[in-house]
Amino acid sequence: MSSRLVWRFMLGFYFVLFFGFLFGPLVIMSAAAFNTPSYPQAWPIEGLTLEWFAKLIADRNVVEGLHNSFLIGAFVVALSVPLGLAGAIVMTQVYARARGFYYLVVVSPVLTPGVIIGISTVIFWKDVTQWTGAQSLFNGILLATLGQSTFISAYCMLIFLSRLQRYDRVQEEAALDLGASRTQVFVDILLPFLRPAIFSAAVIAFLTSFENYNTTTFAILANKTLTTVLASRVRQGMTPAISALAVIIIAITVTGAITYEIVKSAELRRDAKLRPAG
Amino acid sequence: MTNPITIGAIFLGPLAVILFLFLAAGVERRRAGAGVEPGFFQRNGAPVAIFLLVAVGFWALFLIVFPQLYMIDYSFHPRLPQVKRGGPDDVYTLENYRYFLFGSTRDASHWNTTHLHAFWITIFVSVLITIANFAICYPLAYFMAQVAKPRLVLRLMLLLIVPYWINEVLRAFAFRVLMGTGGVINNVLIGAGLIREPVDFLGLDIALYSGLTYAYLLIMMFPLYNAIESLDRHQIEAARDLGAPWWHIHLFVVMPYAKPGIASGATLVFMLCAGALAAPLILGGPKTLWFTPIVYDRFFQAFNWQQGAAYALILLSACMAFVLLVMRLFRVSLSEIAR
Repeated sequence: MSSRLVWRFMLGFYFVLFFGFLFGPLVIMSAAAFNTPSYPQAWPIEGLTLEWFAKLIADRNVVEGLHNSFLIGAFVVALSVPLGLAGAIVMTQVYARARGFYYLVVVSPVLTPGVIIGISTVIFWKDVTQWTGAQSLFNGILLATLGQSTFISAYCMLIFLSRLQRYDRVQEEAALDLGASRTQVFVDILLPFLRPAIFSAAVIAFLTSFENYNTTTFAILANKTLTTVLASRVRQGMTPAISALAVIIIAITVTGAITYEIVKSAELRRDAKLRPAG
Repeated sequence: MTNPITIGAIFLGPLAVILFLFLAAGVERRRAGAGVEPGFFQRNGAPVAIFLLVAVGFWALFLIVFPQLYMIDYSFHPRLPQVKRGGPDDVYTLENYRYFLFGSTRDASHWNTTHLHAFWITIFVSVLITIANFAICYPLAYFMAQVAKPRLVLRLMLLLIVPYWINEVLRAFAFRVLMGTGGVINNVLIGAGLIREPVDFLGLDIALYSGLTYAYLLIMMFPLYNAIESLDRHQIEAARDLGAPWWHIHLFVVMPYAKPGIASGATLVFMLCAGALAAPLILGGPKTLWFTPIVYDRFFQAFNWQQGAAYALILLSACMAFVLLVMRLFRVSLSEIAR
């Protein structure tokens, strides 16, 4: 009996430690955003203020970075979702002997450090744009989009692949027998079936792009995103304005992530209702 | 501009491989007899087939294969001013790799101890952090997957997902607020009278190592949870009925079953740690050794892209070696690691 109590106590202790470790640093950092001292300090609270947020809005770099982050995020979604979709469909059809090789190639970006993807993107496109005389395309926004899409497309592909595993080709054959064209099958049967996965892939792509640093810091060239502005500020020196920025970024990503979870679980429940027999 | 022959090999080589596989598939299909499987264009219809080919071709070639091959070629070139590139001075050389080993492009009498040391520290510490993350995550992953009720699991999951999406720059910054010389921990320790002088956590690398452990904790959690979750609880009960002590159950029932999840989490954590840039830049002291900031400096301080490419490739080889090692040790396939 008492050994059971000891177990429970140890489990509780572990929980407190784990979640304390997980949330403690974030809470302390965020608290510093509302405190008056000019060095980020969570305790003692010398006075509540929103001054650091006001400073932030007046900061042109931050506003520009935020704008670019949203722009790149939108581009990455527009590029990675179709690429991942095509990658997944090809995976189901590719020549069986080449499947392992194909898988290795398209999944390798997931296992490659982000800095390396950033570096190779910049080196490659710098020379390619030079040979083709299209130097104007050697642009931070474009390169960041390409660099990030390299691995984000692979995330999207993995999402599509897991949905495609449950795809029933019988529907496709039925439609063909009824006289639908191949393109109609794709647009009217496959795409609607994949809609939840398209939604998931788009959200994951945007969030990953928005918070990416390693690839972006190389590929962004002379431009800036919110994350690179943030990183250079942190390296220059510590001010509560950074904490304020952190609060804003956390608010954006957390809202995104929670909305996504809610929508997804609602969808799962609807799916379960549609197929009661399982 | 570099040697036209290598350029040809970089661009046409992969295309030739694809063409060969395409033809091989066609031949094999024909041998199998007509009407077995329709061809690619037939099966998808021309518009969709063209979309698939263009999209996958662009992604696999222009985003993945060409840049990587080009970077390999680039790393074997000397650093030259733009006008001289492609000229007679632009020869193949090992000097960038020699610099990594000896700290000089010519002289091989001294080892480049700083860079070599930083490289080993990076690999060694990343392995330790991977193990630490596994140890920290395992109890919670097991609890959520096998013990907790579904409602509780759902709530815990939501609690985990929120910090999962927080940017690594912010995680590093949070640890700096926590562990700086004027930071929270030092203030608390001084306030409690335990120490008189602030401890230099940043200079001692304590901040960096704990920051890295923190940053990739959840990367380990989710694959681990998914793997343990599908284990049939009867197996655990059977082991218990047969009198296995609790640590036997974990070591010989749960962990072998969760192998793919462990392998997946370990590879990702190792790769992210060894390739981490934000944490060492922000949490590193003046004497901190980590490999990625050195790569970063090749580009932004030395402006030697060729050398940077060579350093990037060294890091990439280390990561590839780790993936292969894990696949060997755990006897799992690549598709089980990348999910």
